[in-house]
Amino acid sequence: MTSVIDSMLKLFGSPQAAGSSAVSLIVAVVIAGLVVFTIMAVMAIVAVYFERKVSAFMQDRIGPMEVGIFGFKGGKQFWGGIGQTLADTVKLLVKEDILPKEADKKLMIMAPFIIFIASFLTFIGVPLSENLVVSDFNIGIFYVMAAGSIGVIGIILAGWSSNNKWSLYGALRSAAQIISYEIPIGLSLMLVVIVAGSLNFGDIVAWQAEHRWFFIHSPFAFVAFIIYVIAGVAETNRTPFDIPEAESELVAGWMTEYSGFRWSIFFMSEYANVLIISIIASVVFLGGWLSPLAIFGVHFTWLEGPLWGLFWIFSKAVFFVFVMMWFRWTFPRLRVDQLMYFCWKVLIPFALANIIFISVWELIF
Amino acid sequence: MAEVAFIIVAAITLASAFFVVFSPKLMYSGVALFFTLFGVAGLYVFLYADFLAATQIMVYVGGIMVLILFGIMLTNKIASTDLRQTNRGRFMAGLGAFILFLFMAYIALTAQWHTGSPQLLDATVAKLGLLILYQYLLPFEVASILLLAALIGAALLSRKK
Repeated sequence: MTSVIDSMLKLFGSPQAAGSSAVSLIVAVVIAGLVVFTIMAVMAIVAVYFERKVSAFMQDRIGPMEVGIFGFKGGKQFWGGIGQTLADTVKLLVKEDILPKEADKKLMIMAPFIIFIASFLTFIGVPLSENLVVSDFNIGIFYVMAAGSIGVIGIILAGWSSNNKWSLYGALRSAAQIISYEIPIGLSLMLVVIVAGSLNFGDIVAWQAEHRWFFIHSPFAFVAFIIYVIAGVAETNRTPFDIPEAESELVAGWMTEYSGFRWSIFFMSEYANVLIISIIASVVFLGGWLSPLAIFGVHFTWLEGPLWGLFWIFSKAVFFVFVMMWFRWTFPRLRVDQLMYFCWKVLIPFALANIIFISVWELIF
Repeated sequence: MAEVAFIIVAAITLASAFFVVFSPKLMYSGVALFFTLFGVAGLYVFLYADFLAATQIMVYVGGIMVLILFGIMLTNKIASTDLRQTNRGRFMAGLGAFILFLFMAYIALTAQWHTGSPQLLDATVAKLGLLILYQYLLPFEVASILLLAALIGAALLSRKK
């Protein structure tokens, strides 16, 4: 499995060549970075629209329907207000940038960048299709977990530097929540590592191609899948786990004092995290870039290949994104103590027992 | 290219480490420590220790760093943005640091360094796992008992009477 950077290095010249190597490496890194940035930006724009429409239809409303693109307005259909988020984006970018007088300005400016860098670094290890990953780490899953854990520093700094009690409480809650729910996520991903014997996403999907999709591998794998989805929703701070930004208690949580561009960076990172969690779920548990038809033993060769892999992985990921929105508009918010109870006394014991059981299962079968 | 990158990473690590010690604001020291720990992870990458680098980020940046920031935020006045750092006991601290420096300089000067171009190791994780579970099983278990004792102790201390 070769990574995008390697392929691009081959494209732009041999990395061994003394003069061109630095330039070609920089060009490759910049292009890969731009691609990741574009995915994050497009994801945020599409997801906001998707979320507004999904929530509207779930509440028997029609959602945004006034702003079209080039005069195209679909009326009361799903694409009714297709230009809405583009307009929102422009609005956000031209908004006044407010830093409170008593806030710690340096840290307040730095915090969104740390959060953004965390999402960005995580994206580098996330595979988008077969042979389509910015950097193919041997320790893929572990890298993604590690890079994903940086973001919480930015949240704490954002909350603390705002010098606002809502922000501070939001940041404390958020940090406690993210750190806690990283554990069930790690433990449930452990199962696939035990079974497939590798931390590399390519090897994990190759194992699934050879045997079966991981979530139907064994009952324990299915439980791990459920745990992962629940903890994944909590990890992105979304309802029903949106305690850090509970509107009715904390105004907007740790982002209360932010506005304009900095706030849109938070938004972009949040949706990027949603996409990352969804892609990891589809790669690890739902066969990644494998065609779902292969489950039934149907193999069309024209349905396989990197581009189709991209299609399948995004179909599965978009399904997960939809499930997360579905959760958001279906479940009420948990209390802080319920949140902690649910993580430490329900999810983690189940995840730990899962690891023991899957080891025994692997020894027997 | 690798040398330039190494120099940049090493410079960031050292500069932020200086900032940790000399910054008057406690919170800024904490934030600078974030960059120091990140830089150390970068140095591990240059040693081809990919697993160690990711562990460094996960444990220190994602875990211990958060604890430190929590500690700073919760110990003193919770919402004040001007927690001061004081460097009291400079003489003893300087002496301790100097002795540590001599010790590390001694190691650095006498150690057998592997120089030359290293080969890319693939799957360091598997080798590490085997080493931990065969050759270094006892130290590994002792370390885990130490951590467990610390965990139980922390739970005991924080429990309501």
